Amino acid sequence: MASLSDPQGSESSFRLSMLLNDTRYRSYTFQFIALVCVALLFAYLGSNLAANLRAAGLSISYDFLGDPSGYDINQALLPYTSQSTHLRASLVGLLNTLLVSILACITATLIGVTAGVLRLSNNWLVSKLMAAYVELFRNVPVLIWIIIIFTIMTAVAPAPSAFRGDNPDANMLFGAIAFTNRGVYVPKPLLDPLGWVVVAVFVASIIGAILYRRHARKRLYADGTLLPTTWPTLAIVFLPALVAYVILGRPITLELPELGGFNFSGGINLLGSLIALWFALAIYTGAFIAENVRAGILSVSRGQTEAAAALGLRPRRIMNLVILPQALRVIVPPLISHYLNITKNSSLAIAVGYMDLTGTLGGITLNQTGRAIETILLLMLFYLAISLTISALMNVYNNAVRLKER
Amino acid sequence: MSDLHAHSVAYVRESMLDQQPPPATETGVVKWMRSNLFSTIPNAILTLLALWALWSLLSGVAPWLLNGIWTAPSLSACREILDGATGGCFSVLTERWNQLLFGFQYPSELYWRPTLAFVLLFVAIAPVLFFNTFPRRMLIFTAIYPFLAYWLIWGGSILVPLLAAVGLVAGYFVYARFVAQSFAMGFFGGIVAAFVVWWITGFLPVEGILALTPVESRNMGGFMLNLILGSVCVSLSIPFGIALALGRQSRMPIIKWICVVFIEFIRGVPLITLLFVANVVLAYFLPPGTNFDLILRVIIMITMFASAYIAEVIRGGLAALPKGQYEAADSLGLDYPQAMRLIILPQALKISIPGIVNVAVGLFKDTTLVSVISMFDLVGMIRGPILASTEWNGVYWELLGFAALLFFVTCYGISQYSQWLERQLNTDRR
Repeated sequence: MASLSDPQGSESSFRLSMLLNDTRYRSYTFQFIALVCVALLFAYLGSNLAANLRAAGLSISYDFLGDPSGYDINQALLPYTSQSTHLRASLVGLLNTLLVSILACITATLIGVTAGVLRLSNNWLVSKLMAAYVELFRNVPVLIWIIIIFTIMTAVAPAPSAFRGDNPDANMLFGAIAFTNRGVYVPKPLLDPLGWVVVAVFVASIIGAILYRRHARKRLYADGTLLPTTWPTLAIVFLPALVAYVILGRPITLELPELGGFNFSGGINLLGSLIALWFALAIYTGAFIAENVRAGILSVSRGQTEAAAALGLRPRRIMNLVILPQALRVIVPPLISHYLNITKNSSLAIAVGYMDLTGTLGGITLNQTGRAIETILLLMLFYLAISLTISALMNVYNNAVRLKER
Repeated sequence: MSDLHAHSVAYVRESMLDQQPPPATETGVVKWMRSNLFSTIPNAILTLLALWALWSLLSGVAPWLLNGIWTAPSLSACREILDGATGGCFSVLTERWNQLLFGFQYPSELYWRPTLAFVLLFVAIAPVLFFNTFPRRMLIFTAIYPFLAYWLIWGGSILVPLLAAVGLVAGYFVYARFVAQSFAMGFFGGIVAAFVVWWITGFLPVEGILALTPVESRNMGGFMLNLILGSVCVSLSIPFGIALALGRQSRMPIIKWICVVFIEFIRGVPLITLLFVANVVLAYFLPPGTNFDLILRVIIMITMFASAYIAEVIRGGLAALPKGQYEAADSLGLDYPQAMRLIILPQALKISIPGIVNVAVGLFKDTTLVSVISMFDLVGMIRGPILASTEWNGVYWELLGFAALLFFVTCYGISQYSQWLERQLNTDRR
């Protein structure tokens, strides 16, 4: 005899209440309701949008991307003039975003790793100083840090004219770097065709060094031979390039910034806004990374260190072969999400007038064309693309370092 | 044997020696310094470097702090008093104190209202933060507080927040009446009841009954604006975050994907773009003729932003619960809402508290971004009206340092509280 809840018995007598009470159908009901709600919401927003646009006599169109932008960008990594299109302005902005993000990521990692390791040092004063650094920078908004550094760069740094004369008020650092309120002037490397050969040699030797380290690791895992890595790596990276540089007759020279007229000429001018954004993001995020690094190193249990010491490994080897590989598994995923945060926070460039994606597309282009919906949608899509790319890379890495259990 | 031993050596001490103090290098400050500051040569170098850094910092900042001028009407007057000596012009803080806290448009005779609301805030959150020390009955005031604070800060008739509260209470009663039968019925019934009450009371004449002078939203500013945005958005985003996290964990694919797309989209874009949306785009999506003020639009967007992040934190808490808890709830015969309310969420939320506090602190810091869309919060006030004024043009460090200090005190306090709370709640593990 079939019980009441037997599906076979109820098949012929489907009742409407089963849509809510029968677990087999209930999820479909809920999903259907959710879908209808979302569709209604979008329809409502869409009809509002259409009505509002009609009332304002506007339309949605991306034609403005092909029009000349008509504004200048003070730092362009692509050839750009005010006659270029809005699309090109956006691309220049995108490159500026990526530039400051990459610079800040590298610097933040260096600062964070140093501070995190030093905070674990058994030197009381140093570890307390690092704790103070971390707490101070984590608990104050990054926007305030950006403004503070920008103020140093523009209001405190001397004007170029202060470098003039026999006994100037300001001097160039090492005779090569000038901190002025119009930005920092650094030497610019000038490359002959032969200079590119040196660069190529350098790149090739970096690849060679990586290959050598990989080979050393393979030997270590295969038969336990521990090849030295530090000195050979340094030698492989720098010696060939140095030799090439000397043999080819020193084809790379530095163009020093020189004071001429009212401003410096020559060299590379790093804008004050770039420096402010770069260092503010770096020290702010560095404080988070320091905590991260500390947590990662502490997560490796003390027994691991002691076991390695009992096996007779020296402290450096313990760090390199036992602690770091395990700590990195904890450190890297949040590290990459901090890189994501740097990229997103770089949009604060608009507060100091650095022409990144938000400054060009979401700033001047938006103001000039008045196409708010289109520009902001594009702006979001650009950032979304960057974020999703970074998180995709993070997933690849996480899968690669995941503990492989039997 | 023993007396033989005593006589076979020339001298045997018969009394115990007094305890000697340890060597000077092995005790007290010297020992501490040796082991903590100068244990090895690199360590000693690090110590000296740190001391040098500390000294150069202090020698730069100390005279500026100690020699500061607290009473001067303008920067030039302050420079005159200083007469070339190093010293901060902190008089900008005393002179513009009210502007820094309340913005430059809030009516000055009404400053007592936000101040009172701020003081009452502590009364309201005390029973939530220190639930063991304060009587639970104080939670009633916590429930009243949002409406009271709205009335105090924005002013107008007391009926507006009162009727909003009445709607919520009606909703709650309907929910309590029906939740025993089915959670969905209680939940949606409660929402419908609240809206019905709001719709009906919308016809009531509310003008002028127990009215405080109304203050418009665009007149809010200063640190008050940061506090309003931070507290409102965090408290609103927690329920949304829970819903999104549960949705993302759901077995129903459509609901899951709606939540995933929302969360990933919000987390993939910077807050500034969302603020731009609030500033220039959101109005296009609202019915023609409605006129939300900017602060409300900003609250909507920041709440969306925060709920996506809180959802991810709570999802982590849900995932960290052992599978056995879910299975135990199922085997007790609890349905999904019961299992969530009684078994899963209390534990998952407890695990998520540190993460939620992190998001809250981050969000509170991010409220400074509204200065970019020309709202005059603390940073906006400093960069806008104060630095642009003729009296105080050029007095950067005192103002920025003050802003940094305010945020530091608040955020550091919150994070210390969260660590204390973590220790309090750590009942199940060791």
